[in-house]
Amino acid sequence: MRGARLAILIILLGLAGAGFQAGLVSKAGLGTWVAALLTLAIFSFLYRDNPVYKLAEHIFIGIAAGYFVALEYWNVFLPNLWKPLVAGLEHIEYSPLPHFPNMILLIPFALGILLFTRFFPRVAWLSRWSMAAMIGSYSGLAIIGALQGDLVAQIRANMVPLYSREALTAFGNDGTESLLFGLLELLRNPLIIVGLLTTLIYFFFSREHKGGLGVAAKIGIWFLMISFGASFGYTVMSRVSLLIGRLHFLLSDWLGIVR
Amino acid sequence: MAKASAGILFKFSRIDRRYIYLIILICVIVPLVAGVRMEMSVTAPVEGLYEAIDNLKPGSYVWLAADYDPGSMPELYPMNVALVEHLFSRDIKIICGALWPPGPPLAQRVFNELAPKYGKRYGIDYVNLGFKEGREAVMVSIAEDMKATFPRDFFGTPWDSIPMLQAISNLGDVKMIVCVSAGYPGIKEWVQQIATRYRISIGGGVTAVSGPEMYPYIQSGQLVGLLAGMKGAAEYEQMVGKPGLGLSGMVAQSYVHIMVVVFIAFANLVFFLEKRSKR
Repeated sequence: MRGARLAILIILLGLAGAGFQAGLVSKAGLGTWVAALLTLAIFSFLYRDNPVYKLAEHIFIGIAAGYFVALEYWNVFLPNLWKPLVAGLEHIEYSPLPHFPNMILLIPFALGILLFTRFFPRVAWLSRWSMAAMIGSYSGLAIIGALQGDLVAQIRANMVPLYSREALTAFGNDGTESLLFGLLELLRNPLIIVGLLTTLIYFFFSREHKGGLGVAAKIGIWFLMISFGASFGYTVMSRVSLLIGRLHFLLSDWLGIVR
Repeated sequence: MAKASAGILFKFSRIDRRYIYLIILICVIVPLVAGVRMEMSVTAPVEGLYEAIDNLKPGSYVWLAADYDPGSMPELYPMNVALVEHLFSRDIKIICGALWPPGPPLAQRVFNELAPKYGKRYGIDYVNLGFKEGREAVMVSIAEDMKATFPRDFFGTPWDSIPMLQAISNLGDVKMIVCVSAGYPGIKEWVQQIATRYRISIGGGVTAVSGPEMYPYIQSGQLVGLLAGMKGAAEYEQMVGKPGLGLSGMVAQSYVHIMVVVFIAFANLVFFLEKRSKR
């Protein structure tokens, strides 16, 4: 299996290199060919699992890992930590007053180093300090966001009147585009209220779902099912879009059939 | 006779799934090759975003958050193109930044494609500040001090050497945030961290998967508009009058949806028939 994958890789690289050397393939064209062949390699899994698919999968994982390591090094480590730290060291002053520019960065530097202690079981517990700092700061940000952006704003948005006076007037005056849309507009607020309350009741487990509570919980399940259905529909649309994107690439950029 | 037809149906229920893949493939390839396009009815969230951008004064600044990657390009790249077309046509200045590493090159590709068409110059009419690690912390940081967060642009040019940025100190100088979002961190975090706290209008586009999760923010007024998935992109392309992959892909999308509905209905029919025959 491994030998077959290696042979395929060598053949593909050989073909690409030969084409490039012979001037048959331009730099951009080479990229398109590589992307097209890798796309077909991934699609081949739909027929069945095979070495070509495995090769493409491994190439993807390897490149993605390498790309992110390089990206973090050039975009985070160097500009945010190393360069300011080195610049700060060059400008340390002891008189007239002690001045240590950017030396505060030694704290995140030390916390970053501590993360690597996970590789050594005897001192692995030290990495918890770094994790604690990260989780603590992000929890703080997330809690503020969730309270301000979600909880308060969403509760406010759900405090609506039982029916919209404008919708009722428009429905009564036949001012809506069609009877169906007018009716739906009129039902909007009652549906929000009933949906919100019954769904909340479904998640209320302190009492057995019997009698009135049971009926309300069942209605809540219906609302949940409809929302899951909408989510499933959107997920199908998303996945089909990915297929369309790849096939469009193959048909336009690679084969030139579609413009 | 009825037994024979039921037998055929049961045989179909055990059909090799690769035939289904083949049917889906045909449903996508045929409309793409034929170049068929369909008229889209524009939904209220899409119209809301279009109007919000249309109501901005020429010369005002917009923060374009390119928070996506190549994995979501088929849905989000057409949106990015259509939104930049609209912003450029309205003479709105774009400050682009990203919380997703592959976002800046994708946004730059859109700028390279459209800037010459509208006579827009880098550093005067638009700028790409690149990627910054830090997620929500970056959002809050640019709301306070944009220069300290992005001291250099995507190409390494210092902030002070970019003319259009000299009028900007933080997000308060920006009229609107337009986010093209593939997930976390994305439009939801922009709403949570920025919309309520700093009272800046936010709108944008998301993948279809995350669409349903974002609609409550429209109802609450926290989002001025939303494009969800390829359909949202197609609607916006139609409004801008620049058909692209969104509109050309929607016919294929519709064919596949019809087939999915047919498959689900057929599978259910066979399931109930089989259940009945076992009784």
